[in-house]
Amino acid sequence: MNDISAAFVTALHLLVTFDQNLVEIVGLSLRVSLSAVALAVVIGLPVGAALALFKFPGRNGLIVFLNALMGLPPVVVGLVVYLLLSRAGPLGVLGLLFTPTAMIIAQAILVTPIVAALTRQVVADLWVEYSEQMRSMGAGPLSAIPALLYDARFTLVTAVLAGFGRASAEVGAVMIVGGNIDHVTRTMTTAIALEVSKGDLALALGLGIVLIGISLAINAATYTVKQRAEAAWA
Amino acid sequence: MSDPITQPSTEAPPVARRRTTPSILPLSLEGVCFDARGKRLIHDLTFTLDAGPRTIILGPNGAGKSLTLRLCHGLLTPVGGHVAWEGAAPGADPLKHQAMVFQRPVLLRRTVAQNIDYALKLHDVARRDRPALIEDVLNRTGLARFAKSPARHLSGGEQQKLALARAWATKPEVLFLDEPTASLDPAATHAVENIIQTMHGEGTRIVMTTHDLAQARRLADEIMFLHKGHLMEKTPADEFFDAPRSGEAAAFLKGELRW
Repeated sequence: MNDISAAFVTALHLLVTFDQNLVEIVGLSLRVSLSAVALAVVIGLPVGAALALFKFPGRNGLIVFLNALMGLPPVVVGLVVYLLLSRAGPLGVLGLLFTPTAMIIAQAILVTPIVAALTRQVVADLWVEYSEQMRSMGAGPLSAIPALLYDARFTLVTAVLAGFGRASAEVGAVMIVGGNIDHVTRTMTTAIALEVSKGDLALALGLGIVLIGISLAINAATYTVKQRAEAAWA
Repeated sequence: MSDPITQPSTEAPPVARRRTTPSILPLSLEGVCFDARGKRLIHDLTFTLDAGPRTIILGPNGAGKSLTLRLCHGLLTPVGGHVAWEGAAPGADPLKHQAMVFQRPVLLRRTVAQNIDYALKLHDVARRDRPALIEDVLNRTGLARFAKSPARHLSGGEQQKLALARAWATKPEVLFLDEPTASLDPAATHAVENIIQTMHGEGTRIVMTTHDLAQARRLADEIMFLHKGHLMEKTPADEFFDAPRSGEAAAFLKGELRW
């Protein structure tokens, strides 16, 4: 018990003094997860909207597949990306394995299905209400996509948040493709895993507090903005 | 958006002009049928709509009034027969010359002015030409003071006026209205009817459904009476209200139609 409270005090000390090591790890984690979410948004929003609006053979199968991808195990994604990027792999020449870029790719693969699947649902629901009016004004599915994404913007924020939650919390994929190399690819989650196994609870606890704090802060900020915007527009 | 009261317009309003482009009318339906869930809802609909009169489609609930409008407008595809805009130039999109106002207006989650701007964009109106058109229709529908308000904050009547303004801005040759005042109070209904009359006066072909007989008397030049998916008659309004040709229409007018 004393160990734990001592670790807690040390953790708070690390936080309050902006410990160099801790700041670096937090910075890299945010950079990787935010980049992955940004990529997932760029791909997932239009793909999700297109799946909602276009009818084509195999569409239902694709939707089921996409929904299933939301539950992809991170370690499996890590393994696949590892195989692709390893020296012997098809993309080995790029030399990306054990770099932050590899981690961004792996997390983007995890997050894109979440953003796309939730977007599809939101846009499909909105299209039920909008389709006659849009078609009457001469908007086909393709030209309606930007307007629908814009009108669904408050709900889509939740989809993006869900994606960020997934990215920032996962450890398996970044561990495999990043390698948890000190000062290079060490993120909050991989550092926590390592420090706990080493018995250094202080840094692990400190990072854990930051991780939860970031998650809370982002969710609180988004919730507030969403509430205000919805009151103003919906 | 400037205030219409403090800045009276000296120029001719951009929308206030009779149509000069070639007409897409007449609209002809021939043997049009429509099914839903294995049930025939529209039977062998054959009629022609020429330029000019205000046509009111009357009938009890479930007669197929809304389906008929949607078949004309192209929102539904008939399972049999065909719908043709006989005046439309080959290769032209007749939809660009039509608009429809629904019972419950669907407004985008943007400002009043942006809602109209979006419709104009879809009609390929150049960005620099849009503000004048938007200002004009907002003034004419009494919505100018709401230009920058979120559209979904308007009252029901104002939302329907905005739906009309949005349609008006695109200068449709034919305007379909599906029970546009069914959920409005008398004042809003009056305002909406005034806008419809003005658009008619400027040459827009009005085709509207209602089950409100008083409204039909106020607006109609011509009545199309539908019953159970059949067109029972297409008669000049005076004649229809004095002496309807079909027994069903007579019963409907007396309020005793069984359905």
